[in-house]
This record gives sequence, structure tokens and C-alpha cells, in this order.
Amino acid sequence: MSHNSETLAHEVHEGGHAHRDDVGSKMGIWLFLFTELLLFGGMFILYASYRYIYPNDFKAAALELDPILGAVNTVILLTSSLTVVLGIVALTKNNAKLCMTYLWITQVCGLAFLVNKYFEWTHKIHLGIYPNGPALDDMAQGERVFFGLYYTMTGLHGLHVIVGMAFIGFVMWFIHKKYITSTNLQKLENSGLYWHLVDIIWIFLFPLFYLIH
Amino acid sequence: MSAELKASQVEIIDEHRLKAEEEHLAHEEHSVGYGTYVMVWLGLVGLTAITVTLSGISLGSLAIIAALLIAVIKTVMVMNYFMHVKFDTVIFKVFIAVCIIIFLTMIILTFFDLTFRNPLI
Repeated sequence: MSHNSETLAHEVHEGGHAHRDDVGSKMGIWLFLFTELLLFGGMFILYASYRYIYPNDFKAAALELDPILGAVNTVILLTSSLTVVLGIVALTKNNAKLCMTYLWITQVCGLAFLVNKYFEWTHKIHLGIYPNGPALDDMAQGERVFFGLYYTMTGLHGLHVIVGMAFIGFVMWFIHKKYITSTNLQKLENSGLYWHLVDIIWIFLFPLFYLIH
Repeated sequence: MSAELKASQVEIIDEHRLKAEEEHLAHEEHSVGYGTYVMVWLGLVGLTAITVTLSGISLGSLAIIAALLIAVIKTVMVMNYFMHVKFDTVIFKVFIAVCIIIFLTMIILTFFDLTFRNPLI
């Protein structure tokens, strides 16, 4: 026993193998995801409370959003989540090239999501729905709250998509440089977990804003 | 006597090792299937189609419950398969469950406040 720990200490000292704790690393990212849940959770509570106070205004405002555009974005994000997972499988099978292909698809999906969001937002702004905008000022109190929440929550979510893409971009670079390999892919799995959380948040944003009339 | 004991111990250890290997293999089988993930994705896209279709039908107050129920089912699928929670050790399951319970407590307490507050704003 003591012999083992001595060898381990020796190895670490030699600098041959840095000590790795995959379980601890994964627990760390889950803890971070929990703080993200609290961040978005606070906004979901706001949404629920205001919906309770202004049920009719929320229904009216939701009609302004295009459920088909939202559904397309949902499918894009779900697909990007799938390709992250397939990338992990590819790397465990030692196929770094295929893994990179899947991660590129993920990046393209992330970008497509943001482009969609851009067109959706600019269309709304064009219609005059923005803070102090002509259309927003004419709306009922509850509808204004709805659009405030809409911009804040989808905006924060979009920011998370950008951060997730950066995360995956770094991981792709690491795979390219062979810092991440089939035996050392916790960083890839962690960025995957983050990406899936962003997907889950959208799974709730989509029905709450686009579908419930 | 002691040799016999040793032999039986070795047997037990071997048995344990075999069992561990089997579990490991089962784990691999779960985590390495491209097919499983594609099926989960198909399920998720199907549920999205269902939830969009349901929003076209006027369900009244049931609409919000139906939409949220489908969102919860989708989340459970993403967490179990894509996020691998189904195949994770107990410590992760307990940890995530505690997080979700804390979050639900926040929501429930907020609604107690909303429901019993008068006037509302």
C-alpha cells in the first residue's frame, strides 16, 4: 500500500503524469451547472409569477412569436447536442477525425441557432418591439413584461450558446493538438455537459415563450 | 487448512473481478452505442413535433401542463442519455437530485407567497 503511494508520488514528482481526477472534474462542472440552473431558475420564477399575475397579456404577447421558428431552433439545438455525444463516442473509439467532424457540425448548428435568433430579434425590433419602442409602448403592462423577459432570457441563453461554442472551440483545438485523446477526454465531456444544459434551458424557454397561448 | 482458505479467497476475488468486468462491459455497451443516441434524438424531435401540434389545439388550462410535461420528459431524456446520468455512479444521481429538489422548493415557496399575497402587486 505504502509502496504504491510512494510510486505514485514519485511519478507525479517526475512530472511524467500529472494527477488526474476525472470524477472530481465532473463533479465540478455539475456544481457549476447547478449555479447556472439557479441563474436561469430565478428568471423562470419571474416568468411564472408574472404569468400568474397577467395571464391574458402573456397569452396575447406569445401570439406575436413564431412557433415554427422556435421549433426549427429547438431541432437545431437538439441536433447539436446529439453531435457532441457522437463526437465523444467517436473519440473513445480513437477516431479523432470523426470526432472533429461531429464537433464541427455542433459549431455550425450553434451558429445557425444564433443567426435564426438574430433574424427573429431584428424582425421584432423592426416592428417597434424594443424598450421605449412605439409598438411596445402601446401594449398592456403584462405584454411589456412578457417582452422584457423574452429579450432577457433568450438573450442570456444566446450568450450561453456563444460561450458553449467557445468552450467547444477550445476543446477542438486541444483535440487537434492531441492534448485530448481517447484516454483523456474529461474536458470534452465537460464541455458536452455544458452544451446539453444550454439545450435543456432552451427546451423550457421554447414552450414557455412560443407555444403557450 | 490455510491453503484451502486461501484458495477460496482467490476464488472470491476472481468472482468479484469477473463481476466488475461484466459491469464494465455493460457500461461500455451503453455508452458506446451511436444507435442509442440517434434513437434518443429521434424521440426528442418527435416530442418537439408533438408539443408544437398540441399548441395549435386549444386545451385551455391544460396547455401549460401538457407543454411543461413534455419539456420535463425531454429533459429527463437529455440528462439520462446525452448527459450520461443514467450510467453515472450513485453520488452523481444523489447530487443532481438534491439540486433539483432545492430548485423545486424555491418555485413552490414562491407560489405560496403569490397565492396568499393580497393584493397581488
